[in-house]
Amino acid sequence: MADLRFELVTPERQVMAADVHMVVVPGTEGEFGVMAGHAPFMTTLRDGELAVYRTAGATPERITVGGGFAEVGDRGLTVLAERAEA
Amino acid sequence: MASLKALKLRIGSVKSTQKITKAMKMVAAAKLRRAQSNAEAGRPYSQRLSDVVASLAGRITIGPESPRLIGGTGSDQRHLIVVAASDRGLAGAFNTNIVRAVRRAADELIGQGKDVSFFIVGRKSRPVLQRLFPGRISGQHDTSEMKNPTYADAQAVASEVMRRFENGEFDVVHLAYSNFRSVLAQEPTVDQIIPVRPSAATAAAAPTTASAVVEYEPDEEAILADLLPRNVAVQIYRALLENQAGFYGSQMTAMDNATRNAGDMINRLSIQYNRQRQAAITTELVEIISGAEAL
Repeated sequence: MADLRFELVTPERQVMAADVHMVVVPGTEGEFGVMAGHAPFMTTLRDGELAVYRTAGATPERITVGGGFAEVGDRGLTVLAERAEA
Repeated sequence: MASLKALKLRIGSVKSTQKITKAMKMVAAAKLRRAQSNAEAGRPYSQRLSDVVASLAGRITIGPESPRLIGGTGSDQRHLIVVAASDRGLAGAFNTNIVRAVRRAADELIGQGKDVSFFIVGRKSRPVLQRLFPGRISGQHDTSEMKNPTYADAQAVASEVMRRFENGEFDVVHLAYSNFRSVLAQEPTVDQIIPVRPSAATAAAAPTTASAVVEYEPDEEAILADLLPRNVAVQIYRALLENQAGFYGSQMTAMDNATRNAGDMINRLSIQYNRQRQAAITTELVEIISGAEAL
């Protein structure tokens, strides 16, 4: 299965831009995982941890994010967060 | 005619001025590179955010109950202009240009019978605006301690502006800053940030994102209500970054000119100095020779 295009951007810089297997995002109404081919979707974020799975079954990279929103579109997943720390 | 000694002193002082301007130019060049990359790093975020806001704004119907940040207060009588300028001078016409743009916008609004007040970020625009529009400065954010604009600064400005907007102190907010085109070209810009007015570019981009069936969580309006205040902060942040880059660009150009002018001046003074020295020697020789002949 094709990889998911994932971008994490804060106002100050682009934190991450990579092709990954899956990302679990802390949405306001619950966490959700995004893989390639996800339906178009948009939600605001709550403060929490973003888990990035580079490959299937890999140990996730955890990034603390706060405030912002996530958008899933044809181009993949874009997370715009106000703060992001690995 | 200045004496030789005076000329020498003059050359010395111009030389040391040249050293200073040269150093300032180098410092500005180094800082410009930083500021420029900061400004570029900030662009994707603000671009994405305004795209999303524009596409969401296109989807909801604007009514009296929609967020005031997008629907406005139903009046456009009182305007606030957030003026972002620099804290330092010696940057050519950088601040003058911003102030001139602000002045033009303000004069136009006042001409239409609107109330205009100012919110100052960066102290250099304050004296001029105070003179031109006495009593209209309603607040300022002190940026003298900051080296590079951070998002926290922008948030502080934004929350202050938002708080006063919520209190109903004004209906429309404009943001004046200098758009960084290139090192040589900074474009003073006055944008309306509240209520959000989708620009032509984002409005054209909106239908492509809006055409897909997007699922929203919670719903469009809730997302929009959450995003709009952020959008204000991000726009201000972007303005600060663009300003910073523009400032260093402008300063670099100004200092480059100053260095070159100092060089020209040193040349002119040196020629004058040498001529006078020669004249003095010639006079002395003539005196000695005529003295010898008289014997």
